[in-house]
Amino acid sequence: MFSYIARRVFATIPVMLVVALFVFSLLYIAPGDPAAVIAGDQASPEDVEKIRKSLGLDRPFLVRFSEWFFSLLQGDLGTSMFTGMPVSELIAQRVEPTLSLMLMTLFIAITVAVPIGVIAAWKSGTWIDRGIMAISVAGFSVPVFVVGYLLAYFLALELDWFPVQGYVSFSKGFWPWFETLVLPSIALGFVYIALIARITRATMLEVLSQDYIRTAKAKGMGQAGILFLHALKNAAVPVVTVIGIGIALLIGGAVVTESVFAIPGLGRLTIDAIVRRDYPLIQGLVVVFSFVYVLVNLLVDVIYTVIDPRIRY
Amino acid sequence: MTTYAAAHALPDILPPKRIRTGWVGFLLNNPTITFGLALLLCMLFLAVAAPWLGTVDPTALEPIKRNREPSWENWFGTDAFGRDIYSRVLYGARVSLTVGFSVALLASASGLFIGLVSGTIRRADSIIMRIMDGLMSIPPILLAIALMALTRASVENVIIAITIAEIPRVSRLVRGVVLTLREQPYVDAAISCGCRTPMLIWRHILPNTLAPLTVQATYICASAMITESILSFIGAGVPPIIPSWGNIMADGRTLFQIKPYIIFFPAVFLSLTVLAVNLLGDGFRDVLDPRKSKSA
Repeated sequence: MFSYIARRVFATIPVMLVVALFVFSLLYIAPGDPAAVIAGDQASPEDVEKIRKSLGLDRPFLVRFSEWFFSLLQGDLGTSMFTGMPVSELIAQRVEPTLSLMLMTLFIAITVAVPIGVIAAWKSGTWIDRGIMAISVAGFSVPVFVVGYLLAYFLALELDWFPVQGYVSFSKGFWPWFETLVLPSIALGFVYIALIARITRATMLEVLSQDYIRTAKAKGMGQAGILFLHALKNAAVPVVTVIGIGIALLIGGAVVTESVFAIPGLGRLTIDAIVRRDYPLIQGLVVVFSFVYVLVNLLVDVIYTVIDPRIRY
Repeated sequence: MTTYAAAHALPDILPPKRIRTGWVGFLLNNPTITFGLALLLCMLFLAVAAPWLGTVDPTALEPIKRNREPSWENWFGTDAFGRDIYSRVLYGARVSLTVGFSVALLASASGLFIGLVSGTIRRADSIIMRIMDGLMSIPPILLAIALMALTRASVENVIIAITIAEIPRVSRLVRGVVLTLREQPYVDAAISCGCRTPMLIWRHILPNTLAPLTVQATYICASAMITESILSFIGAGVPPIIPSWGNIMADGRTLFQIKPYIIFFPAVFLSLTVLAVNLLGDGFRDVLDPRKSKSA
């Protein structure tokens, strides 16, 4: 198994290289001159040229890419053009809210979606199943910020159960932190729940028609035991795969959710970076998000071997 | 003497059951498609007929009528600049539908081309697929945002950005289908009869990719509309002057706590439109791929 993990890690290297090259060339061909932006309206052409030189923006593509890439390997994401701070530091400052949001969303989504999917498969064809599937279609159709605003309006403004917006750091206590994260996590998790519930139902339906399920029933095993011990375990691989792939949805959704709920995380940082055309920051953020995404899916591949002993590498 | 109980009189023949064929029958047998199509056609009608449905200029500022609640005069109220939200929402349907359909069309066409090339030409395959792997590991919305950061805000650029973000998934799908098709006996038969590669692709492989591609294109249309609204909402999409649903919601963001209707009307329209397209997609999948519809 160790050699398998090593091979998988090795396989992600070309992927990350493509990501890096793509992200870099994207912003290389970008119109709009960051040197002119930094220099401001009053600057003379000489000033702009001087700034361009000091930022190294006048050198050829490959030189700039290889330099950028090697410092990237050392964990140096460059310097933000707008604030003058290291990109890695800017990102590190904003990691906590986004990480909290994502973990909470993952937790809520999995604890809600998997049982829902199991029940839908168990009661397949009944109104319970149809109801759950209808909600899941709705989950795909209602954009994350719409869910966010609906929750904020009814649960926070009208009923006053939760704070409307903002974020409280975990270091200020569990409860305030938890309270501010509930609504954003539900909003962000809505589409994710729909996705996981749907795949859980589909795989469970397949598994429940297998012979060993009938055997388990015949030997008098209880319904819950059959569903959760025999069936769910065998349905786990596709479900875990979708959970991994769905992280992309969470990352995209986090940008919006943070903006709806005024959470000062990486999503807000992304929006600020785009408004200011802070290229190094945009590069850094896309690379970091993609890296996390690739890493999560690598983890998913490793989890396969744990949940399904038939998979041997 | 034995008597026999008389059986109930049976009608001579069972009442004829009318089996409808053609379009009407298809729609009756597939309620999901019918409902989705009807909803989508409604939205299409609202978008096309927007000027004749009691709307005013969606960009006209009337500062004297700022932030009016919904009323007979302004059905959906007015926003912070006194613009009529009903008119803006109806015209906004044009942007969303244009983006949705264009992206679906462009992404499927380019994805089809890349997938066919990748599936048939072995040498190109590994390179193309490494690039697609790389693109796929950037979350699509983030990729679209990054692309939009490069360019001027315009509807065309939004379409291009979302298309690029969607292409990897389509080409993956097409490639997968092509690879399975190549193992089919009829493809071997065609090759042994002297069919050349371009003709093989055009006549024997391409037609078989169209069914899964149609389903995928429908889902892409739905997700493109959501992505467009997200881009506009965070200020990286359609220029603020154009009334798109994302822009209307972005305008209502600051006033959300006191004037929630500014956000809710475009939100409802957006959700219904995406729902319509998703239902169409589910329906298409059930019709075009009966094997999958049983399980999913």
